[in-house]
Formats: sequence, structure tokens, C-alpha cells
Amino acid sequence: MNRVLVIAEHDQGHLKLATFAAAGFAQKVCAASGGTFDFLLLGSGLTAAAEDLRKSGAGAVLTADSPELAQPLADRYAKVIADTAKARAATLVVAAASTFSKDILPRAAGLLDAGMLSDVIDVRGEGDDLTFRRVMFAGNVIATVQLDGAIKCVAVRSAAFTAPAATAALSPVEAVAVDAAALPKFAEFINRETKVSARPDATEARIIVSGGRALKNAADFERLVGGLADLLGAAVGSSRALVDSGITPNSLQIGQTGKVVAPDLYFALGISGAIQHMAGMKDTKVIAAINKDPDAPIFEIADYGLVADVYEAVPELMQKLKT
Amino acid sequence: MKILVPLKRVPDPDTKIRVKPDGSGIETDGVKFAVNPFDSIALEEALRLREKIGTGEIVVVTIGGEECAEQLRTGLAMGADRAILAKSATALDSLAVAKVLAAVYKKEQPALVLMGKQAIDDDSNQAGQMLAALLGIGQITFVSKLELTDGHQRARCSRETDAGIENLTISLPAVLTADLRLNEPRYVSLPGIMKAKKKPLEELTPESLGVNAVSRTRILKLERPAGRKAGVRVKTVDELITKLRHEAKVL
Repeated sequence: MNRVLVIAEHDQGHLKLATFAAAGFAQKVCAASGGTFDFLLLGSGLTAAAEDLRKSGAGAVLTADSPELAQPLADRYAKVIADTAKARAATLVVAAASTFSKDILPRAAGLLDAGMLSDVIDVRGEGDDLTFRRVMFAGNVIATVQLDGAIKCVAVRSAAFTAPAATAALSPVEAVAVDAAALPKFAEFINRETKVSARPDATEARIIVSGGRALKNAADFERLVGGLADLLGAAVGSSRALVDSGITPNSLQIGQTGKVVAPDLYFALGISGAIQHMAGMKDTKVIAAINKDPDAPIFEIADYGLVADVYEAVPELMQKLKT
Repeated sequence: MKILVPLKRVPDPDTKIRVKPDGSGIETDGVKFAVNPFDSIALEEALRLREKIGTGEIVVVTIGGEECAEQLRTGLAMGADRAILAKSATALDSLAVAKVLAAVYKKEQPALVLMGKQAIDDDSNQAGQMLAALLGIGQITFVSKLELTDGHQRARCSRETDAGIENLTISLPAVLTADLRLNEPRYVSLPGIMKAKKKPLEELTPESLGVNAVSRTRILKLERPAGRKAGVRVKTVDELITKLRHEAKVL
């Protein structure tokens, strides 16, 4: 029987939608081989976020609430996760793939002497005989993998799993005791350089407008990519080339080493389609590409391709969408 | 300051990856191998730290077969002083790799471990964090800026997260994992290659290090994902809007 612990991710108390996809994965595991799942929410001042987790069919919503956990520092968080997993005799610790979980979950796995799989997109089998499917080589290979050990850690791609249906019954909220003095304090948080943006997060948006090398500067990116995004209520994304040249911030990067997204519609504006970029967006439902190079690799995966200069096509597109 | 830099042998990032017909692995015939790009960035940062301090030793380490000596020589040619090859006939998963690296760490007692945030073959992004956990030391992942402070007792780092840049300090020793924009690694020079031939390369085994490196993950099969096929070319912006609205129904 599985006892699954789903690590909830939030941004200043706002739950990430990906957390519910991770719960969907946990439910799928429990349906295949029995058991229940709990959420574990870490942070400081968690009442509202905990409330939002109560309708997803979890056995319990565990909260580790302490001022010492106000920032997601890996040394502290991993210890609380590992201690809770041990105390609850968890068999599986799950999180949605993100920079948060990539930092913290492998450290917890190390503390638990647990094997771990990253970027899991499916689970198959039944009983104790489960196999997982995960993405490797920048999305060019899918591996079917077995994971041994009494406790396992898994980070899942949120686009691959559906959130649990809302339940009428509410999961109980239980506080996990945090011994602040016993937390490791190797790292100290200074600050976070976040740009306040009214636009949705690319990992949660239905439409993403993404720009590449054809955009010559930050003002053009904002006018064309940002402008089209705002018209559609979409998120913005960027290729690595623009981040490397300082035109866009790293938090916008889509790709093998950036965010992995799977929206309903992805506008690739002036993006050539490097392998590492396509690794981050090729599970999109519909890809529309505009690029003046007719041989750009992006056209090999785009549902709709327009060979045109983004500086001409995008203003026209915006004009016509407004009318 | 002694810095330990683990390097991994991976297919060159520009290689097209092909899966063997029986799904047992990837085709390696004719494939060029390279140092994992993020590991090169980590090594470059170690070299720059030493140049700044003016003194120190940089030890590169890898785990694998005899063929991995090639990547260690590349590391030595870039400027590392010594290399360690922990020989393993089988591929190890991240936890097993972290256990071997932890044993090397205990033997070498470096002040800092700098490594890539992920290897571009398995894309796991785990080994550094697991190593830090096993050693009971701190970690900063996805480092894009690094500076030593407090008489080299601490480091101040910027790290790239989904929410933007985060700034932290950490006590040393620690494991720091390099992200893309930490630096641009230098090219290997011809004199560097000549010098590298004379630098020491020590061979060890997990057994000689006292490590039982058992992988908990077992790959059963590899396959290509269902490919996306190219769609249609539209000729005008109007046609694009019509298709997105009425055919794909996503606008």
C-alpha cells in the first residue's frame, strides 16, 4: 500500500496549479496499486493555502508552518520533508517539476537514501509492479524506468497529469511540529529580484507568446511579444538566445534548462527552434510559428507556419485581432 | 583553496540522439562525446576563482569506464591540476553517483564542490543536491553569479529560479551547481593539451573507496517520443487568424 506525500508548492501563499497535477499523479498511483496521499505544505503563514488544498481528496493536509521556513531554502525544507516522510512511513514523495522541487526534492531523497526520477510523464502497472515513464535527452528519448527501495522520490511534469476532481468532503489540516533550532542553516536568504508582472505564469497559462532571436532589443520584445500577449491575456516566454543576450530575464526562458510548458496555443515569434528550446514546448496542443527563414526548424513541428518578418507580421496580427 | 569539480562524459550537445532499434540504449556508433556543458561552466568558474585568489588546487573527477579519461584530459587541458577516474563498468544513477562523489570528497577534503546543474543526457538534475545531503553540507543550485566572502569562509550567490533571480549566502564547504549564465567556458588551448598529458590521473574504484554504489533506478526501455508532424504553411496573417479561430479553435 502506498503512502504518498505530495509536496505543495506556493508563491507567497499562492498555490501553484502544478501542485494539483502532482496530486493527480499521486491519485493515479493509488488507483493502480492502492493507498492514500497527503499534502505537505511548508512555509510561514499557511492558513489560506492549506484551505485551498482541502478539496483534492488528500488523507490530510500537513502544514509545516514556521517563520524559519518563510523562504524555500533547500537545507531546511529537505530536512522537514525527510523527517515528515520518515515519521509518516511514506513510500513515495512527489512534487511537480520546477526549480523549487529540483532544488529541494533530490536533497530530501539524499537524506532518505531514496532513488529519484525527474520529469515523469506517466505511471503504468499495478500492485507493487509499477513502471514510470520519463523524459531524457532534451525530450528526444522517453525511458521506461523501475524504481527500487522502500521509499521513492518522483518529480512529475504537470502537463502530463490531471488535477483531482474537487471533493465535497474536506481533508483535515494537521500541523507538523517544526523544531526551528534543529533546522540546518547553511544558506541565508538575501532577496529575490522579481519583476512584478500582471501577466500569467507561463507554466499556468492557456496561451503563451514567446519571442526569439529575431527580436532585436527589450523594447521591441515588450512591444511585439508583450503586446500580443496582453491582447490575448497570455503569458510571455523567451528563447535562450534572448536571455543570454540580456534582452529578457531568465525567468522567461522556455526549454530544456528553462520552463517546460504545454499550453493550448504557443506563438513562436522569430524563434528558430533549437533542440533545447523545443524540448520545453513541444507538448503544446497548437503551435503557431512566424519566422522569416523558411528553413527554420520550428516549422517542422509547427501546426501553422507563416514565413514572414515578425516586425511586420506581429503588428498586423495585433491590429486584426483588435478589430 | 581546493575545489572539486565532477565532470560527466555525455554525447556532444549537437549530436542527433538515436535510440537503438531494440530500445536497450542510444546508438553510440559515430557519436562524438564531450564534457557535459554545465560541468565545463563549473570548471571554468573554479579556474576563475583560483585566478582571483592566486592559489589553489582544482581536482576533476568522473565516474565511468576507461573512455571517460578523455573528458578528464579535457578538464586538465582547461587548467585543472589533477584528475580522478572512479571506474565503474555499469552506468550509475544519481544517488549512486552522489555516494561515490561523497567518498571522493571525504578523501580530498575540498573547500568547495562546483558541478553542473544537470547532465544533458539523463537531464536528472539531482546529483549535486544528493551529494550535499549525504555530506551534511549546504547547497546552492542553478548558480548564475558567485563571489567568495568572509575570508573565503562563505560564498554569495545569485541563482536562477522560475520566479527570477534569488540572492543567497552560504557557509563553505558547500556544493554549488552551475547554470548556463555563470560564465562562458574557455576553449582548450594547444599548450593546455600538451600540459594535460603530464598531469596526474588517478584511477580508483567504488570498492576501493568503500562505496556500495547500487543504482535504485533501472531503465527497462528507451524509445522515441511520438513525433509532431509539420502542419501547414499559411500565406497571410489573415489566414493564420482564420485557422487559429475556426480550425484549431484556440483563439
